[in-house]
Amino acid sequence: MQADLNTILPEITISVYAMLALLGAVYTSKDKLAGLLTYLTAGLFLLVAAWVGLSDSGATTAFGGMFVDDAFARFAKVTILLSAAAVLVMGLGYLERHQMMKFEYPILIALSVVGMMVMVSSGDLMTLYMGLELQSLALYVIAAMRRDSLRSTEAGLKYFVLGALSSGLLLYGASLVYGYAGTTLFAGIVAAAGEGFAPVGLLFGLVFVMAGLAFKVSAVPFHMWTPDVYEGSPTPVTAFFATAPKVAAMALFARVLHDAFGGVSADWSKVLVLLSIMSMFLGAIAAIGQTNIKRLMAYSSIAHMGYAMIGLAAGTALGIESMLTYMAIYVTMNIGTFAFVLSMERDGMPVTDINALRMYSKVEPGKALALLVLLFSLAGVPPMLGFFAKLGVWQAGIEADLFWLVGASAVASAIGAYYYLRIVYFMYFGDETQGALDENSAPTLWVMLMGAALVMVVGVISLFGLDTAAATAAAALVN
Amino acid sequence: MDNLLSIVTFIPALAALILALFLRGDDAASARNAKWVALIATSITFLVSLFILAEFDPSDTGFQMVEEREWLMGLKYKLGVDGISVLFVMLTTFMMPLTIAASWDVKTRVKEYMIAFLVLETLMLGVFMALDLVLFYVFFEAGLIPMFLIIGIWGGKERIYASFKFFLYTFLGSVLMLVAMVAMYADAGTTDIPTLMKHTFGSEGFSLLGVQVVGGFQTLLFLAFFASFAVKMPMWPVHTWLPDAHVQAPTAGSVVLAAILLKMGGYGFLRFSLPMFPVGSDVVAPLVLWMSAIAIVYTSLVALVQEDMKKLIAYSSVAHMGFVTMGIFAVNQQGVDGAIFQMISHGFISGALFLCVGVIYDRMHTREIDAYGGLVNRMPAYALIFMFFTMANVGLPGTSGFVGEFLTLMGVFKVNTWVAAVAALGVILSAGYALWLYRRVVFGDLIKESLKTISDMTAREKTIFAPLVIMTLLLGVYPSLVTDIIGPSVEALVSNYHTALHDAGTAATALAQSH
Repeated sequence: MQADLNTILPEITISVYAMLALLGAVYTSKDKLAGLLTYLTAGLFLLVAAWVGLSDSGATTAFGGMFVDDAFARFAKVTILLSAAAVLVMGLGYLERHQMMKFEYPILIALSVVGMMVMVSSGDLMTLYMGLELQSLALYVIAAMRRDSLRSTEAGLKYFVLGALSSGLLLYGASLVYGYAGTTLFAGIVAAAGEGFAPVGLLFGLVFVMAGLAFKVSAVPFHMWTPDVYEGSPTPVTAFFATAPKVAAMALFARVLHDAFGGVSADWSKVLVLLSIMSMFLGAIAAIGQTNIKRLMAYSSIAHMGYAMIGLAAGTALGIESMLTYMAIYVTMNIGTFAFVLSMERDGMPVTDINALRMYSKVEPGKALALLVLLFSLAGVPPMLGFFAKLGVWQAGIEADLFWLVGASAVASAIGAYYYLRIVYFMYFGDETQGALDENSAPTLWVMLMGAALVMVVGVISLFGLDTAAATAAAALVN
Repeated sequence: MDNLLSIVTFIPALAALILALFLRGDDAASARNAKWVALIATSITFLVSLFILAEFDPSDTGFQMVEEREWLMGLKYKLGVDGISVLFVMLTTFMMPLTIAASWDVKTRVKEYMIAFLVLETLMLGVFMALDLVLFYVFFEAGLIPMFLIIGIWGGKERIYASFKFFLYTFLGSVLMLVAMVAMYADAGTTDIPTLMKHTFGSEGFSLLGVQVVGGFQTLLFLAFFASFAVKMPMWPVHTWLPDAHVQAPTAGSVVLAAILLKMGGYGFLRFSLPMFPVGSDVVAPLVLWMSAIAIVYTSLVALVQEDMKKLIAYSSVAHMGFVTMGIFAVNQQGVDGAIFQMISHGFISGALFLCVGVIYDRMHTREIDAYGGLVNRMPAYALIFMFFTMANVGLPGTSGFVGEFLTLMGVFKVNTWVAAVAALGVILSAGYALWLYRRVVFGDLIKESLKTISDMTAREKTIFAPLVIMTLLLGVYPSLVTDIIGPSVEALVSNYHTALHDAGTAATALAQSH
């Protein structure tokens, strides 16, 4: 018991912190504490990230295999914690300026992060579901954080209803799996599924579980909620949606497929290929007509999930490694881009129309250049790091003989380049606009934007250990 | 000087960084500083690159001055030059100071303009030196970004359409090449170009979606690379981005595009397609030869009816690049020698022609041929220089244009007489459009009111043209300057190609017999 608790100590720490913070804030000055709590939470995230990242305890399991702590989980946790901390700090100024800052916000984020940490460590369908729901419930609430805004409440409701549906699908799949495998433990399921092809009942369960997870990573055809929720939620919340939960869901996807269904990769690989192709193309084509940058980023994230899924579909250690690298780079790019979106304001009101960026390069050349770097990186144009992310998953895809998938993704990336270029076009050679954006020099946003852009360029010289960490993580999952 | 190649490659990037970080202000003084920094940086690059030429040993057909370092994801940062690439490096460093000097009159966003060109130079040099597949791709593709901005920000009226077309066209071609590169890595287990040149990729035919692929894997790889290089070259029928890009780009952009960027396609064929996929090249070569012949005749005809000077020269570029592809895919000493020679010489000539257009565009702000006429009366020096380069473009003996066309035609004649015969038509047609253009712009009476006050070339403009005139003449009368350097490497390339074809042929017969 003692050892079990030690294993989940990071999760316990954050949970206890969340409870204490809730109590403390309720019994004291409530929303006035929000700013302090945000910094405290972000600081705690950083501490736990360092703790988790630097601990080198190999692979341990807790509670009879229901909770797994291995290099893979640690990699995902560090990515989640760091990105959540960055997004929290980034959004603070925006929320305060627009009177949306509530003390519940950092606490809910902390709870959802606990959920994500449980997700990536799950070794059992029950743990999986617990983590997933803890994460999702917290997110439903913060999506609707602006109660007086129709859009925001609509986003929250839509997210909740569709999320509940996906959870239902996943639960149904889980119960089928339990019925045919006789256990909810991944270790037991993998034995029941055997090698080669899974029994039909299990296969059914697997497909439903995958559908539920595809919902969470917003892969086509389960993507419909994404643009609306991204658009309706307050921008800091959107930034959060685009980063940490995506990493967690993707890692969970990998965890379930490899730990519970590792022997029957031929079965799920085909499904993933289809999800991946559809996501890449829909993401690339549907974004072309968007003028709202938040919707555009929603489609962009759908497309990116498609690319990351190439790594999953490969079903190899190299595939997982490339997927993890992809997600880490993706999160960095999104943090930078959303730092920019958060700073887009005209006369104190937030603007999300990309037409407002016309000739932005004359207003603030430095920030325009940083965004340019990020956009080319998102498009996967070398020498930015986004290109190496794509190169990695393609390498894994080709090695797994997924020639068609990789070829299709090459075409999709060329189509997708168009809408990133369009923003560059507005910033650098569009016509003059009627009213320029306010100059916004919030230091946190500036640091995040410039930092992310710098990483995209400097990362080309060295990945600073990201590649070796991802390789260790992948080796822990696939053996 | 162990890192000579890296030093040459990154001097311009360093200058760009200095400009970006330390130059402040939008006034005339800072614009002037930006110009001088760029000019000095590119000139230093040229001077330092002379050491490469001095140190280069033509008799060694391998890669020289190789630098190798570990890079991320198991890739290598590896640079080197051989007889095929060294002259492209020199061409780039030679042309860049001239391009910067030709942009002295840029008024808007001078600092950004100079940064874009400096970054572009680094990337272009990297393309010609890279000895790692992915490194090559990074340089090759990254060049799109500054060029996209150059066309889009400082271009003409239709610049937005042109810049998007340029970017998306080339990007689509290139990502297919990237997929092929990843497949090569999976097959050979390395991205090292010299090793890959020795690696034999599978050439056994197989059936794909019911279509029998002759030459198998090699043909598929060849086609993927072809998609990229043919667009970059550009070859008919994927050349349509070039006239748009050329017309809309600012003068210096056109010069770089014509003189250097187009050469990347031809260089790619010589560096990758022929040595790595000999069987695939052999399968597709007849098609490429005919495509080149069609390109030469068709685009020459199109050039005849153009009303925009830059567009006319752009189409003439496509035609001249047709000679290059034709020479390369003849795969014999004369053909490949001629192709490289033609690329170098076209770099000087077309660059100079775009500069010629730039000279009068700067004065009249129009490129319509009809807006001119009788310029010889007021601009005698200009008329002389324009005449010289028109003749060089036509391929007059004594200019470098002649040597390239003659060698490629001779090379192709040995392989496919009909293609050579058709392509020779292009020589006549090029005389047609080039001389007619010259007549309409320069000769005749000066009747247009607007031209009455036009002034002749300034000293700065004359200085820019002087080196180009010298090089065109020098290579025209003494072509050995080039062929001595490229000769041994080309010979090795051609003989390796035919050996590999022969081996693949015997292997195939052996296989057929064993069945």
